[in-house]
Amino acid sequence: MENLNILIVGVGGQGVILASEVLTLVGIKAGFDVKKSEIHGMSQRGGSVSSDIRFNKVKVHSPVIARKSADFLVGFEKLEALRAIDMVADDGIIISSNYRLDPMTVSAGSMIYPDDVEGIVKENHEKTYFFDHVETIEKIKNPRAVNIYILGALASFIDIDKEIWIEVIKSRVPPKTVELNLNAFEEGLKIGG
Amino acid sequence: MSKEMMSGNEAIARAAYEAGVKVAAAYPGTPSSEIMENVAKYDEIFSQWGPNEKVAFEVALGAAFAGKRAICAMKHVGLNVAADPFFTASYSGVEAGFVIVSADEPGMHSSQNEQDNRNYAKFAKIPMLEPSDSQEAKDFTKLAFDISEKFDTPVLMRVTTRICHSKSMVELKERKETGLNEFPKKNTRKYVVIPAHARIKRVMVEQRLKDLAEYAENTDINRIEEGTRDLAFITSGFSHNYVKEVYPDAHFLKLGFTYPLPMKMIRKFVDQHKKVIVVEELDPFMEDQIKVAGINVHGMDIITNIGELNSDIIRNSIENTKDEVNDIGVSIPVRPPALCPGCPHRGVFTILREQSVRVMGDIGCYTLGVLPPLDNLDWCVCMGAGVSMVQGLEKAWDDEHADKIVGMVGDSTFFHSGITGLVDIVYNHGIGTIFVLDNSTTAMTGTQENPATGKDIKGNPATRVDIRKICEAVGIKEIYDVDPQDLDALGEVVAKALASKNPTVIITHRECILLPLRAKVKFTPLKIDTEKCIGCKSCVSVGCPALAYDKKLRKTRVLPELCVGCEVCSRMCPKSAFTKNGEPLVYEKRHKIRGK
Repeated sequence: MENLNILIVGVGGQGVILASEVLTLVGIKAGFDVKKSEIHGMSQRGGSVSSDIRFNKVKVHSPVIARKSADFLVGFEKLEALRAIDMVADDGIIISSNYRLDPMTVSAGSMIYPDDVEGIVKENHEKTYFFDHVETIEKIKNPRAVNIYILGALASFIDIDKEIWIEVIKSRVPPKTVELNLNAFEEGLKIGG
Repeated sequence: MSKEMMSGNEAIARAAYEAGVKVAAAYPGTPSSEIMENVAKYDEIFSQWGPNEKVAFEVALGAAFAGKRAICAMKHVGLNVAADPFFTASYSGVEAGFVIVSADEPGMHSSQNEQDNRNYAKFAKIPMLEPSDSQEAKDFTKLAFDISEKFDTPVLMRVTTRICHSKSMVELKERKETGLNEFPKKNTRKYVVIPAHARIKRVMVEQRLKDLAEYAENTDINRIEEGTRDLAFITSGFSHNYVKEVYPDAHFLKLGFTYPLPMKMIRKFVDQHKKVIVVEELDPFMEDQIKVAGINVHGMDIITNIGELNSDIIRNSIENTKDEVNDIGVSIPVRPPALCPGCPHRGVFTILREQSVRVMGDIGCYTLGVLPPLDNLDWCVCMGAGVSMVQGLEKAWDDEHADKIVGMVGDSTFFHSGITGLVDIVYNHGIGTIFVLDNSTTAMTGTQENPATGKDIKGNPATRVDIRKICEAVGIKEIYDVDPQDLDALGEVVAKALASKNPTVIITHRECILLPLRAKVKFTPLKIDTEKCIGCKSCVSVGCPALAYDKKLRKTRVLPELCVGCEVCSRMCPKSAFTKNGEPLVYEKRHKIRGK
């Protein structure tokens, strides 16, 4: 693997930034040049959030991922995954939660949250993996570990030693939650089979 | 030496530490805020939030006059506030290195305009550096201190959102103590800028520009990146990364020192090529100067001067192509930011809308009151205008509409530039009603401390400046203190204040919901009795992200993971359908979307 572009999308407050921090450290430990970019500011107030992470064996120039060149699109919320679908490379992979969080435009009744977002994403992109938000929380026993579960799902497709992921996760989550998060990571790994 | 993954903002803070900076000051503003938050982690540096950018600038300039290295940081519009000392500091020069960081926002992710602050460097005749990544942000900031001392001038560091908030590897070095060993001797001709002195300095400033231009020709931060002669670019700042991404094999003149420009170097570079494209974000700052020097280049005839660039825009502009649009057949609802569940500002907007009041807003979270469904902000320009513009709005009609207009500032913006507007209203026969929304923090930029919070930048206790006492001292006769979630009391106060023929201040007191949430305070979410809910949408009209209206079922749902039980929405319900702890919430007074 020479390079890797990962785009993580979600809603302010969902843990996108922590997931991207972990991913960045994983890339560095695996010997890549890593750059990442994100948009803060107003997105912290429940707006769309995205983080671009790029690995390259030699050098990353721009930390910002170009259109149709994300190897992975990771969605913490399904509408946000759909919004970013144009960023995925044709042979890229989409991994997304089926969690639905209505934007204010929808919850106030002025716009419509499309029916069957999962179906639309799958129809427009072949390699798409949705996981069920509620079932996942039951499996991993804590809604706060969903971001680590998603990283597990991502890790199942990426050729980086599992031990590196585990080491970084251990260093980034609160000590009391290490076991819980590692369990979530292992569950996530099952997605790629 | 060790390496660390750092954002541009962290790298600039690290540079201040390594360069031996003694005093650092800022006013928070996206995307610059994390610079000072990170400087504050170094105990060797005295760091502070100033009440506004002008004060922060002057605090730092004072330290530089006193012979110690100093830095100040602000977002692009902040330099407008600090522009007065900025221009004159160019004449005075400094005793020790002085660096001003301007964080510009191409794309306006969290800003009210897209001004290109590189123009300030030219305008004030101050040298400027533009880094392209975190390592350069650190190296250039350190170099800026040396340049400042060598040429006796303030130095402008121009960064943009993508520099500030991108992370890449940075090599760390040790701190070197710098600055004078003794307090500087009196030097009136240099530091008292009366006309007689300024006229002498004026000539020196022009000579300094010539010297700096010569420096620009020789510094290694202006460099050639070898490549094929078929494609040639002159780049600076973050734009360099986008072009390098698309055309890694092109021939580059990458400029880090961008004012004054190294015109000889540019001419030599351009002479080697048939066509050279200048790529820069926002204004044709370099392009115009290069063309004025009689050098033929391309730039904004090919690449837009609007918004943030990216590699797709670069490629499409140069190759004259278009992205094919993949029509997925559905429209995706936008997700704008919103006031948080439990935000104390929500009650204020709910009452102002109920009483059909026109609102002169200001810069802060409460600017979000403009978005539907609250849709209750009429005007907003800049910090402090939430007070001062009320006077003009009212006097334009001889106060005829004064009973339907309020102004609005936050606690931090009150100190930033709200007080002078209040003085104006009192002095010039105003009768305006001004809200000070005191939520005990500077929320929008990430909950920084301010003079009203009783804590300094490091979280240590500090003298709390009393907003009410300032209003009293200014001469405001009617001041009301009210809890913005007590809608009944707030409604009465607003009615009274608007009817009053005196200038009036309403201070709302309730801390930003992010503070208790961060302290892990547990809240009791509301529930809705779906049998009682008639789907009238009164509750969702308060614009709370914790409520979801189901169009098909014609019912509202509460999202228990988001609701903090503030009960603003439930006071709108005509059927008392909300419950808390299983008890129905019934109120004496029901609030409405529009009153009367």
